[in-house]
Amino acid sequence: MPILETKNLTYIYGQGTPFEKTAVQDVSLSIEKGEFIGVIGHTGSGKSTLIQTLNGLIRPTSGQVLLDGKDIWAEPKKIRAVRFRVGMVFQYPEYQLFEETVLKDIMFGPQNMGLSDQQARDRAYEAARFTDLREELLEKSPFELSGGEKRRAAIAGVIAMDPEVLILDEPTAGLDPRGRDVLLAQISQYHKERGNTVLLVSHSMEDIGRTADRLLVMNSGRLAALAPTKEVFSRGRELEEMGLRVPQVTKIMQELQGMGWPMDPSALTVDDALKQLIPYLKERGRQAGRTSQTRQTRGGGRDAL
Amino acid sequence: MLSDITLGQYFPARSPMHRADPRLKICLTIFAIVLIFSAGNFYALALAVGYILLGMGLSKIPLKLYLKSLKPILFIIVFTAVLNIFYGTGAPLWQWGFLKVTKNGLLSSLFVSIRIVTLILASSVLTFTTSPTQLTDAIERLLRPLSRLRVPVHEFAMMMTIALRFVPLLLEETDKIMSAQKARGADMESGGVVQRIKALVPVLIPLFVSAFRRAFDLATAMESRCYHGGEGRTKMKVLRFGGVDWLILGSAALALGAFIALNTLLPPSIVR
Repeated sequence: MPILETKNLTYIYGQGTPFEKTAVQDVSLSIEKGEFIGVIGHTGSGKSTLIQTLNGLIRPTSGQVLLDGKDIWAEPKKIRAVRFRVGMVFQYPEYQLFEETVLKDIMFGPQNMGLSDQQARDRAYEAARFTDLREELLEKSPFELSGGEKRRAAIAGVIAMDPEVLILDEPTAGLDPRGRDVLLAQISQYHKERGNTVLLVSHSMEDIGRTADRLLVMNSGRLAALAPTKEVFSRGRELEEMGLRVPQVTKIMQELQGMGWPMDPSALTVDDALKQLIPYLKERGRQAGRTSQTRQTRGGGRDAL
Repeated sequence: MLSDITLGQYFPARSPMHRADPRLKICLTIFAIVLIFSAGNFYALALAVGYILLGMGLSKIPLKLYLKSLKPILFIIVFTAVLNIFYGTGAPLWQWGFLKVTKNGLLSSLFVSIRIVTLILASSVLTFTTSPTQLTDAIERLLRPLSRLRVPVHEFAMMMTIALRFVPLLLEETDKIMSAQKARGADMESGGVVQRIKALVPVLIPLFVSAFRRAFDLATAMESRCYHGGEGRTKMKVLRFGGVDWLILGSAALALGAFIALNTLLPPSIVR
């Protein structure tokens, strides 16, 4: 059974005012337990609204969100329980830090779940380990940390609730390339170790290509696709029409294939591409070497004549 | 949601009221309020109310929004109305102990309620049809004579513009932070007063931090574009008094004439 489902989900902002806008229209999808889903779509495509309906922060105008087969709005008073099961890391989450120490801030979520101090502390240490926050940082004020550390502390605050589904809205935005790689590796590691479902919203096709099993593509409020990553990226033309693109390396492989090279155009990472390119180029080199050798011998023969 | 607050919010539309000169609109609002409070009888009051209703009609803004702007002050209206009922003089219509209701009391209660409602409606016409930038622009222009007395009018206007500009931004920010804390299980909807105030801490601290950050950013941005106050500064949109404005001004003059006539020729409605 899918862990998360939506049925004909629609959300309209500011209904009945001049600012009315349909952000999400008639979206039906289903996500299996343990999947790593990449969510893409250009700015304003409705992906942020969609993910906020998934943990009950936004109540859909019409349609349903099912968690483990149950409508999350069946009992509106128990919506908090849903938010503990579907954890949500917002864009620039470092701006939500507020406690005196990082540790206390990470413990905020678990404490709200009703866990004891000790349990909450254990959870916080565990989450700090996942996000690679050094122990001495935990006793500092969150406002003393560097940007990247703050970001990781905020993410730890959500991971500490141990949600069954973890949603991250552009967690790498504004980080330097190394911080980006490290954070993505940590998220992948978390997904592998815990086997939880992860939804990652990102504008970086490279990041998404490296991590996601399936891609959820939003386009002007509608679900454009929910399919395996390679399949989605093989439809480069369509993506470009939606203001998206494929990872650069995939694009190169597609172009090479167009030039007649025997390449699999679904390579998503540089490593993948190299695995195909190196043997092929070696082979080509060998052939080229052979032909030039034969030419030389032939030429030599002519000289000899 | 927090963004549902309508008092003092601009609603873009194409209407004569939107097109009118904001300076004129400010003066007219004050004019209308003066009329309402100097009306001595119901005829004069009806004229002032009619004038404001005309402004509302011309603004092309749904009546629902105007009614919404009355909601926050509903309590004050009811409170003053009830208080006024029992403070009338003359023969009692109904009496219970020291409480007595007189015809005069009922009338003045009605009078006061109409005054408060139209006061809010009049200022709503102004704020609904005038963008905050236009508004401060007009205030700056209207107060310019004060700069002769070394009052830093431009700086005040700029502070007001910035403050107004930051209201929606901070509301949006509050919404975001609240969502983020709710996602971590913060409970802001239930519990007693103390618990609710406590629940605000995780929202207020990040909000203050971000407000300061924004203020510093803005100051840097303004300085790096060489902002140095109002001296020698020109406007991108120069306020112009156009045809619509002359029409409106003419109607105001007519209304004033009729109002004075009604107010002086007819007897006051409430005898004190």
